[in-house]
Amino acid sequence: MSSVAVAKKKGFGATVWDYLTTVDHKKLAVLYLVAGTLFFAIAGFEALLMRIQLMIPNNNFVSAGFFNELLTMHGTTMLFLAATPLLFAFMNAIVPLQIGARDVAFPFLNSLGFWLFFLGALFLHLSFFMGGAPDAGWTSYASLSLYSPGHGIDFYVLGLQISGAGTLISGINFIVTIITMRAPGMTFMRMPLFTWTSLISSTLILFAFPPLTVGLFLMLVDRMFGANFFNHTMGGNTIIWEHLFWIFGHPEVYILVLPAFGLFSEIIPVFARKRLFGYSSMVFATILIGFLGFMVWAHHMFTTGLGPTANAIFAVATMAIAVPTGMKVFNWILTIWGGSIKVTVPMLYALGFIPSFVAGGVTGVMQATAPLDYQLHDSYFIVAHFHYVIVGGIVTAIFGSFHFYWPIMFNRALSEKLGKWTFWIFFIGFHLTFFIQHFLGLMGMPRRVFTYQADQGWDLFNFISSIGALMMGVGVILLVTNIFMSIKSKPLNCRDYWGDGRSLEWALKTPVPFYNFKQTPLVRGFDPYWLEKHEGNKEGMTYAEPLGDIHMPNNSIIPLVISIGMFVAAFGALYHPDGVSWSIPVIVIGLGITVAAMITRSLKDDLGFHVHVDEILATEEELYGKGGNK
Amino acid sequence: MEETKFTPQTWPDHPEQATMEGKNKFVGIWIFICSDIVLFASVFATYLSLKDKGPAGMEFSAAELYELPLAFVMTMLLLTSSLTSVFAMYHMKNYNFKGVQTWMIITVLLGLGFLGLEIYEFYHYVHIGFGYTQSAFSSAFFTLVGTHGLHVVIGLVWITCLIVRNARRGLNLYNAPKYYAASIYWHFIDVVWVFIFTVVYLMGVLG
Repeated sequence: MSSVAVAKKKGFGATVWDYLTTVDHKKLAVLYLVAGTLFFAIAGFEALLMRIQLMIPNNNFVSAGFFNELLTMHGTTMLFLAATPLLFAFMNAIVPLQIGARDVAFPFLNSLGFWLFFLGALFLHLSFFMGGAPDAGWTSYASLSLYSPGHGIDFYVLGLQISGAGTLISGINFIVTIITMRAPGMTFMRMPLFTWTSLISSTLILFAFPPLTVGLFLMLVDRMFGANFFNHTMGGNTIIWEHLFWIFGHPEVYILVLPAFGLFSEIIPVFARKRLFGYSSMVFATILIGFLGFMVWAHHMFTTGLGPTANAIFAVATMAIAVPTGMKVFNWILTIWGGSIKVTVPMLYALGFIPSFVAGGVTGVMQATAPLDYQLHDSYFIVAHFHYVIVGGIVTAIFGSFHFYWPIMFNRALSEKLGKWTFWIFFIGFHLTFFIQHFLGLMGMPRRVFTYQADQGWDLFNFISSIGALMMGVGVILLVTNIFMSIKSKPLNCRDYWGDGRSLEWALKTPVPFYNFKQTPLVRGFDPYWLEKHEGNKEGMTYAEPLGDIHMPNNSIIPLVISIGMFVAAFGALYHPDGVSWSIPVIVIGLGITVAAMITRSLKDDLGFHVHVDEILATEEELYGKGGNK
Repeated sequence: MEETKFTPQTWPDHPEQATMEGKNKFVGIWIFICSDIVLFASVFATYLSLKDKGPAGMEFSAAELYELPLAFVMTMLLLTSSLTSVFAMYHMKNYNFKGVQTWMIITVLLGLGFLGLEIYEFYHYVHIGFGYTQSAFSSAFFTLVGTHGLHVVIGLVWITCLIVRNARRGLNLYNAPKYYAASIYWHFIDVVWVFIFTVVYLMGVLG
């Protein structure tokens, strides 16, 4: 496992094996990126099918039942299996570099988190080929989903249970990494905003995913093992599901949007060529949003009938979130203000993000008004609102960061020209799709309907909305084309691709070696790379230690085996209600594989390996030529 | 690092945090426990909202079902096992590996005693007709106490693995954090049981 061997050209099988066993945060980032993009494409395709169905009234392009499956899988996939892994990809690739670490705190768990997520996602998607996908909406309210025929809901419950465990593990890993692995001098108040938002977002994962785990477990035993949590004739109560789901579900929105805020807080200062305005208030606002995010779940349940007192409290708490979010928006604007702005593709996404996200936030405050929410509830206004937040906030951040971080992640650049085309087509398509849905909602069009009658004044608006969705589809195809073109393009082999990088990740020459920093950097202030550059430091960083042996973790196949065991057990549980004889044995075999793999992991010492100084120098010379990383 | 032979004099004051990996495990187990607290909070909330709820004419209620003497013995077994795991950690800090192993084995035995009584209790309830599918109340009871029981099983397997794997290796800075994390986890299970004893059994008997 010497570094020279790593740098050598490998065969296809060896490369696959390398990715199956890797514990390197940069390779796991690539896996997250590929998986996330795949599921993003699938869920986007589902959205297009829905918009084609709704293009004209009384359409029969898809059946009502299949439409329910499409809308459920679109929402579930986009939130759990596309946005989350894509943000995890950037967190994995960038956070350890930003804090000057060689890897994450638990490289093994990092790999386990990915494989659990991926196999859970795969399990959920197998439902399309095995008797029908879940069809009770991404919220899967118990009063509806408990009685959904077939195995769709079972796929939802088991798939999300497995992938949720993976997300929770990754969240714990990021928290510990950011607490313990920071380089000397990287105090909390010198951490880049993306690291801060990753920390807070991981903390939200820590507290939000267990209620989902419990909710899914209750649903699982109710549907598959005859329990009675949601069955009112046996004393159960379906409102429990609503509470558990939204105690998870509302923070989930912040889990996704906080890293997106962090990404923009990295992009904007680089291209405004100004220090981030109001750094400490940004940190404070991030923490406050995270805290308030847990205090507002019942605003999804205003019409459930919790009573005016509960509604009033949750309404006020919800409106309060607008304050820290507003602080952030003003800070971004004031960072741009007076800057020497370079309008690159990432900056275009950032500039598009601010007004789009503000629009989504304003409609959010409208819905926080409980009496008005009785009118807006379950209408297309809600659909418009959350797509403004999610597409306007999270997807723009992800697309912008594709361009922004591509040089660090792949040592290649995405085309700026094609990127600008992508941005404008996607951005115009996005507003065309969703702006008009506000009015459809106000006119009374309910969400989640598979068709509608003509001549209610909805025909034209729905048609426009569908055209916009097709434009967004074209935009995504252009982005993917850009990605494939970059594979053929020339390697960059440079440092600080954008020329104005500020934080530590830009101080590294690409391609980044597997041990990241050959010597741990010493952080002497906020924006450490900017600081060093302006003091004329050619190497980009001051080192905290002399060149010495580097300790690195070993690769392992065990995370994949653990995840496969869970995957197998899920099939046993799925078919349990059918009364097949093999269901319990399959559960036992699956869990047995998992437990055996875990015990194997426990019994073996895994001490990692050392990269010696001569190997480091050889790697540096191989990557950057004579003189290494100078 | 791993080859270093320690004596009680050279053994660090905080062996569980003496290495980077150890420090990560130390922070990691606490962070994990934070999320496990929320997990139990959710199950507790579900139990409280479904307590004594069932179909019309349900024959079991919490006030009649629970037997405090049994729950008290279980509580004592688990609390004592927490104490013995503290003894093990005390010996770990003094580099007395034999003491660590002995007290950990006693911890496991006490945990097994607890588990045996819990299995007996479940068996007894099912036997008298209070099965998992009988009512919302029964589902909630078995899920709450069973989730705790599952945590006990995991803890026992974990500590047993540690005792077995390290029997020949002896104490070093690689496995000291592992023992420490397992003992923190074991204390956490114990604290959760204190809440179960209070919320389920004591408040249940009160009606």
